[in-house]
Amino acid sequence: MAFDFINIVTVLPEIVLLSMACVVLLIDLYTDSAEESLSYYLTQFTMVIVAAVIIIFAPEKTVLVFDGAYVSDNLSFVLKLSLCLLGFVVFVFSKKLLEDLKLDKSEYYALALFAMLGMMVMISAGNFLTIYLGLELLSLSLYSMIAMQRDSKRSVEVAMKYFVLGAVASGMLLYGISMIYGVTKSIQFDVIHEITMITGQSQLIMIFGLVFIVIGVAFKLGAVPFHMWLPDVYHGSSLPITLFIGSITKIAAFALIARVLVDGLEGLHASWKDMLAILAVLSLILGNIIAIAQKNIKRMFAYSTISHVGFIMLGLIAGNQLGYSASMFYTLVYALMATAGFGVLLMLSKNGIEAENIADLSGLSDRSPLLAVVMLVVMFSMAGVPPTVGFYAKLSVINAIVSSDMIWLALVAVFMSVVGAFYYLRIIKVMYFEKQDIIESVDNSFNERLFIGVNGLTILLLGLYPTTLMMLCSASFK
Amino acid sequence: MVELSDYLILAGMLFSIGVAGIFINRKNIIVLLMSIELMLLAVNTNFIAFSHYLNDITGQVFVFFILTVAAAEAAIGLAIIVVLYRNYQSINVDDINAMKG
Repeated sequence: MAFDFINIVTVLPEIVLLSMACVVLLIDLYTDSAEESLSYYLTQFTMVIVAAVIIIFAPEKTVLVFDGAYVSDNLSFVLKLSLCLLGFVVFVFSKKLLEDLKLDKSEYYALALFAMLGMMVMISAGNFLTIYLGLELLSLSLYSMIAMQRDSKRSVEVAMKYFVLGAVASGMLLYGISMIYGVTKSIQFDVIHEITMITGQSQLIMIFGLVFIVIGVAFKLGAVPFHMWLPDVYHGSSLPITLFIGSITKIAAFALIARVLVDGLEGLHASWKDMLAILAVLSLILGNIIAIAQKNIKRMFAYSTISHVGFIMLGLIAGNQLGYSASMFYTLVYALMATAGFGVLLMLSKNGIEAENIADLSGLSDRSPLLAVVMLVVMFSMAGVPPTVGFYAKLSVINAIVSSDMIWLALVAVFMSVVGAFYYLRIIKVMYFEKQDIIESVDNSFNERLFIGVNGLTILLLGLYPTTLMMLCSASFK
Repeated sequence: MVELSDYLILAGMLFSIGVAGIFINRKNIIVLLMSIELMLLAVNTNFIAFSHYLNDITGQVFVFFILTVAAAEAAIGLAIIVVLYRNYQSINVDDINAMKG
């Protein structure tokens, strides 16, 4: 392979991110502990710079570099850009609690940047090796981020659980990949795509490998019955890390499923469609029903995530451009909603004590009208009430699944959304109609209030004008 | 002559032992780490066998990367176990149950 300038240009966002992560890690050696927020500002600067690089070097057409290991196309452009923007907001929200918990070390920010790097590598993966390396970079950073709060029994325990189950998932994924490699003699997504389009379902060993890959992907996404780690991890890790895992890593999880199942194994759609259908139906039912019983709002969000994962899978089951773009739209919207939802919880936390029970939200409309309105919008959006964007996301997924003649799946999804509306509306009831005996004041910096307001407003505005984002999503799949 | 299928059966058995070790094990967390390693080694055996019989180098390159990542993973796993022991004074799976579920 001749050394080509285009190779460097294509991976420039990743190069910048990697260099900045190393700078953040090193800068700690040369500054006093009084200036801890320096690494925070550097991290934010990195997000802006990487976003700018992504926009400046946006690909006009699909580019394959490094012998096809790395792909830069419309899908990677949209996902990476939203990753950087949401990452910026996530760091703004988590700053205060991190300081209170004494976690705002440069190690935390360096790990977070490495996790972002892993996600970007996954998003741009052109073969199984790249996607595996990106996935591991993301997961290993996440395990250490959770375990950083090392005097908390809960955090350390969930770090161990997440580690073991994450490693099992990687093992399953790899076993599946080895089977696919054995049949096709290639780990390249485009080569495998061509081969599976010709052979179709005929080769049993391909299906055998596919089963393991789907299990691995389902573990990472948190689909039932591979969801055991998700509620514990959400509950046990501290809120800034829950926010990180709950919002932006979902974008990477979608990239994983889109690259592996759509870019690579689309020829086996008839087989993975049924597997995903089982996972999606179970996720929708179990996630929504168990969420009703939760008193801890982080656990409630975890089970609601499981049900949203069901929706994301529904779009993929449809198996055409309409469905793929619908589930991409849903993923981006979900990441946006989760950021706002956990952001409100972070702002309610004081002196290192997290707001994590539903009761902590009572009387919020008196204490902080802004936070209450944002939470209201998020809850309506997650329940799928127009004119919020959650409605449009659910509509487009259900539209895709109905047009592929799988009406029973659409019915399950609609019924379960109605069940889900119960626990979302309960939060609104607690915020607006229940009073707290002692009125605790809520004080947040201007930055936090600005960004949470913008975040809530985006959910509303995208609901009114979804066309641009939808067009970006459908341009990502041909 | 050792056939391809012999290697695949061996790898399948190793992989199953690894998975079973993780889900059946009720005693020691170190055993969990060993089981994870066993799963990854089974995958490596698969890749090497395919690589040899397909006459294609890709599988062997893949194995190098898996080995490297497995080393990093073991390092982080052991680090978490150390922190876990400081908090619980035990690495027995049954003792570590601050979270339900």
